[in-house]
Amino acid sequence: MTAKSAEAAEVGAAPGGLTRRRRRQLSLGGQYGLFAAAVVLVAVLADWETLRLNFANWDVARSLFPDVITVGLRNTAVYTAVGFGLGLGGGLLVALMRLSSVPPYRWFATAYIEVFRGLPLLLIFIFVGVGVPLAFPGANIPGGAAGQAGLALGLAATAYMAETIRAGIEAVPKGQLEAARSLGMSHSRAMRSIVIPQAFRIIIPPLTNELVLLCKDSSLVLFLGITLEQRELTKFGRDLAGEQGNTTPIIVAGICYLIITIPLSLLARRLEARQRRGQR
Amino acid sequence: MKGAGEPAAGAGRAGRSAVEIRGLRKSFGTNEVLRGVDFHVAPGEVVCVIGPSGSGKSTLLRCVNLLEEPTAGTVRVTGVDLTGPEVDIDAARRRIGMVFQSFNLFPHLTALGNVVIAQRKVLRRARPEAERIARELLERVGLADKVGSYPAQLSGGQQQRVAIARALAMGPEVMLFDEPTSALDPELVGDVLGVMRGLAEAGMTMLVVTHEMSFAREVADRVVFMDGGVIVEEGPPSRVIDDPAHARTRAFLSRVLDPAAARIGDAAESDMFRAADRDA
Repeated sequence: MTAKSAEAAEVGAAPGGLTRRRRRQLSLGGQYGLFAAAVVLVAVLADWETLRLNFANWDVARSLFPDVITVGLRNTAVYTAVGFGLGLGGGLLVALMRLSSVPPYRWFATAYIEVFRGLPLLLIFIFVGVGVPLAFPGANIPGGAAGQAGLALGLAATAYMAETIRAGIEAVPKGQLEAARSLGMSHSRAMRSIVIPQAFRIIIPPLTNELVLLCKDSSLVLFLGITLEQRELTKFGRDLAGEQGNTTPIIVAGICYLIITIPLSLLARRLEARQRRGQR
Repeated sequence: MKGAGEPAAGAGRAGRSAVEIRGLRKSFGTNEVLRGVDFHVAPGEVVCVIGPSGSGKSTLLRCVNLLEEPTAGTVRVTGVDLTGPEVDIDAARRRIGMVFQSFNLFPHLTALGNVVIAQRKVLRRARPEAERIARELLERVGLADKVGSYPAQLSGGQQQRVAIARALAMGPEVMLFDEPTSALDPELVGDVLGVMRGLAEAGMTMLVVTHEMSFAREVADRVVFMDGGVIVEEGPPSRVIDDPAHARTRAFLSRVLDPAAARIGDAAESDMFRAADRDA
């Protein structure tokens, strides 16, 4: 008996005579039990029949096609693409200004990044929808809703991407620029041909994440006031849910988002893994 | 200091020297790395710069193509004053090839791409011509079978030979080598030195910072020993390496040529030499 208690003391026995390992097993078991109980509770309490009729109504779901794809998904993709394109161009420009040796450029870039990273995207959409027409009377943002939504998304994406691109450029070893300059390339040529291509290879994963965020944020376009043909997934789902008195269109719209975002996330993860292995 | 008097005589006859440096000083903050260097390289001459680390020899080399901006003094390469106000530094650098200790190959380009890119972007050569020249040069450095390989797939010695080919593709009149074999595994040093020996035999003007005393002894027309930001002595290798006049040179050479012996009482001895040097 004395030998046994000595052994228990050695492995860290608690009062009550349990070893540390045994206590860990009990604690993990308790956690699993709680989790299972919560799942069961939700499953039992939910009204499955009402849920099925309201959220997974097959007839309602079928009536959404093909418009949910040809209008909703398509517009979401277009707004996202325009916003990403503007954000990429703007982000590169602001990143280069941020790294410039000219102080006013740096000040502008820093101010831009701080302002547009700090504002809720909704305010930016309202600013583009209301503020720009007031500020420049008679001026139309080209591209209609796509142009407006793209501009709003692009303004915000520029701020985020500028910081990402700056980090990417700074991650390219200094020797690369030196080697390029020693071959007689001008600074801007060396940046374009040598540094920036390498920087973009480094930042492909975070840029892909930014694309996923933009895809979801494009739903804010509903604050711009858009026509039926310009509706993207969220607005489309919400409108049809109202018309049909059924929530199924929201679920279908949600699935459509996942059709875009999950492959992008997988792609980002794969690129990240490939980069960790140091391959090209 | 044999070199000190000569540049003054040569200064009026621009073009006589491939490289001509007068009164060169370089400070990083309060740290003065070069304290007045006068020095020249004649066309077709091979000059090796040796000296302990921190002696300023790499900084001297980097001042020759203005990767470091001199604090004071003039740098002339093939008669062009690189420190003058009107200089087109990009044009000047095209005539000065540079090979780095850490290779600095462009990792996003193949061996061929590394040798082609500056020909295309700087010299505006057509792609077929640039590729023909690149293949010839890669063959000359013994890498005809590696044209399609990326730097990450090449050994250090192969990478450094690509870097030499890349510099040669610009048709330089002077080649600068900044410790080209210091980052290499010992068994790979020979290939790189072999390529450099071939270049020297072909009449290239070369300025080489190196720790390879046997290379300096065999290939160099002149050896320059630097310590503490000044040229301590210079002359033919048979004199500077085998029969140095200066105590500091002897101390350095005994450490480099016979590292085992140097480790015994190294610090005390070199301090003694320094003291003797100051007295002299």
